[in-house]
Amino acid sequence: MDAFTTHTGTAAPLRRSNVDTDQIIPAEYLKRITRTGFEDGLFVAWRTNEPEFVLNQPQYAGASILVAGPDFGTGSSREHAVWALLDGGFRVVISSRFGDIFRNNSTKAGLLTVLLSQEEVELLWKELEADPDLEVTVDLEAGEVRYGARVVGFQVDGYTRWRLLEGLDDVGLTERHLEDVTAFEERRPAWLPRSQPASA
Amino acid sequence: MGQTLAQKVYEQHVVRRTEGEPDLLYIDLHLVHEVTSPQAFDGLRVAGRTVRRPDLTMATEDHNVPTLDILSPIADPVSRAQVDALRRNAAEFGIRLAPMGDRDQGIVHVIGPQLGLTQPGMTIVCGDSHTSTHGAFGALAFGIGTSEVEHVLATQTLPQYPVKQMSVTVDGELPPGVSAKDVILAVIAQIGTGGGQGHVLEYRGSTIEALSMEARMTICNMSIEAGARAGLIAPDQTTFDFLAGRPHAPQGADWDAAVAHWSTLHTDPDAVFDREVHIDAASLSPYVTWGTNPGQGLPIGASVPDPAAIVDEGDRRAAESALAYMGLTAGTPLREIDVDTVFLGSCTNGRIEDLRVAAALLKGRKVDAHTRMLVVPGSVAVKLQAEEEGLDRVFLDAGAEWRGAGCSMCLGMNPDQLKPGERSASTSNRNFQGRQGKGGRTHLVSPAVAAATALTGKLTAPADLETAGV
Ligand code: SF4
Repeated sequence: MDAFTTHTGTAAPLRRSNVDTDQIIPAEYLKRITRTGFEDGLFVAWRTNEPEFVLNQPQYAGASILVAGPDFGTGSSREHAVWALLDGGFRVVISSRFGDIFRNNSTKAGLLTVLLSQEEVELLWKELEADPDLEVTVDLEAGEVRYGARVVGFQVDGYTRWRLLEGLDDVGLTERHLEDVTAFEERRPAWLPRSQPASA
Repeated sequence: MGQTLAQKVYEQHVVRRTEGEPDLLYIDLHLVHEVTSPQAFDGLRVAGRTVRRPDLTMATEDHNVPTLDILSPIADPVSRAQVDALRRNAAEFGIRLAPMGDRDQGIVHVIGPQLGLTQPGMTIVCGDSHTSTHGAFGALAFGIGTSEVEHVLATQTLPQYPVKQMSVTVDGELPPGVSAKDVILAVIAQIGTGGGQGHVLEYRGSTIEALSMEARMTICNMSIEAGARAGLIAPDQTTFDFLAGRPHAPQGADWDAAVAHWSTLHTDPDAVFDREVHIDAASLSPYVTWGTNPGQGLPIGASVPDPAAIVDEGDRRAAESALAYMGLTAGTPLREIDVDTVFLGSCTNGRIEDLRVAAALLKGRKVDAHTRMLVVPGSVAVKLQAEEEGLDRVFLDAGAEWRGAGCSMCLGMNPDQLKPGERSASTSNRNFQGRQGKGGRTHLVSPAVAAATALTGKLTAPADLETAGV
């Protein structure tokens, strides 16, 4: 996973709530067995059918920060939604509420999700609509979103922040504690099920 | 202070707890399917890792599988490559796989309970958001992403933080024709698609206690549609009776030890929930969705809502775009909406009880001439059971299609898809734009409403059939 410290770029205002992961990337794009190359499926229905869709507007085409309405990333657990956003050039998504699994997946793959109040999101939307070239900085170290003269703080739990700043992968971290896992396994009741066929 | 059921199960699985770090949680069962696993197995290979507990891991083929001609190779080369990748990975890493054609094959959330692998008090994960289904047994079961799949394969654990607790209490007797599906659609309509976010839901109350395991699974299945990663129900005699004698259920002295443990799995009387929701079962009627998220549902007697009457700006915009996508006009009675396709199946309503309910309504009647009905059992075992009971004949005689097991039109990764503009009444769980096929329009319904709708070609409650003279 790539480390995330601070990112500056332009941002796209996505004025929609309940953007589920089927909208971020539909099922037909999930058949690939690689971890990259999902940009063609990103928001494909809206990109194809809605000329006024924000990412179809040339002034937002280069955005690397997505500012979305509440309940972004609800629905399916597909991590492909996170990969598609990363493959599509996004490093940060800002919203007032995220789907839990999407948010979890994003921290594993190096996409930063920033939780701001809906008022702050609306304010940022207005600024971005007035000035699509507005530079927005998302500073994970300081826990701040900055644009123009405005500085807005955001919270990330200390552990996730550390992992993102260092670009650490969870499996490696857990492997440091395998003796605890082994000790736990020795305490598990013997009657718990195993997946091998009952006859085997 | 007492603990909730979910807190008990969570605490019993903490491997390691350190200030300032997430808890490390042990996973008792890891279910795997072809769509969300290939990149995880690749990750293991790249790092030279193995699967720590293949004996606690089980794989099946469900999302891509065709439901016709199931013994031939999959025609779509991309789907076939994904299924082949799972077969190679299962063989390489020593994981049990139920491939197409196998009698244990089926939708991942149908086969776990059916084999008795899903038991009370366990932690269960799968790279699939409807893993919440297994919560019906009093297990803590939740969906994970592919990076987490890799983590569980490698370590049989997951870093987790405790989540908030919400109770959903449903009391009273359900009116005739009202089912578990209507209960959960009503819950989601009430609390919203984000209402359960950050919480685990515990369903309780006299209505829930009276439900069968199949019905409880339908309810827990859709917890994710309310934004909750998990939903669960305290195990009781109904749970134990369902499990007794299943292939992986404990036996003899082990059974007694297991039941003794399972009997401790309930919320303490002095436990405190962060949020409580109450529903009066007697007030419910069959629910159908009119929009493009599962929270946009209403009793079938209602009309398509008028977005102009919605105060919240975000909700109003969402309703406007939903109506445009769905091709609906505000004020149209839901019962007047014409339906092209009826889909009976999925991990929400693809179990034997669901098929029985639908068959009882279809028996001796004919599916409307302009409507097609697809019946897709949730697993091979459900299919065989239905055939033993003669349900396949009922469906076929009524003019419905009787298919092989899989996810099918729930998400249209196989050839079972809606065409652009086509409208379905579907017993699945998601009415998202394009979910059942590009441009397809989905109304979520119960199995009884699905069957009644197939007979009339319009959204129909089972009680309407008499008046309609069908
Ligand atoms: S039936 Fe539908 S919701 Fe259930 S696992 Fe399959 S695709 Fe997912």
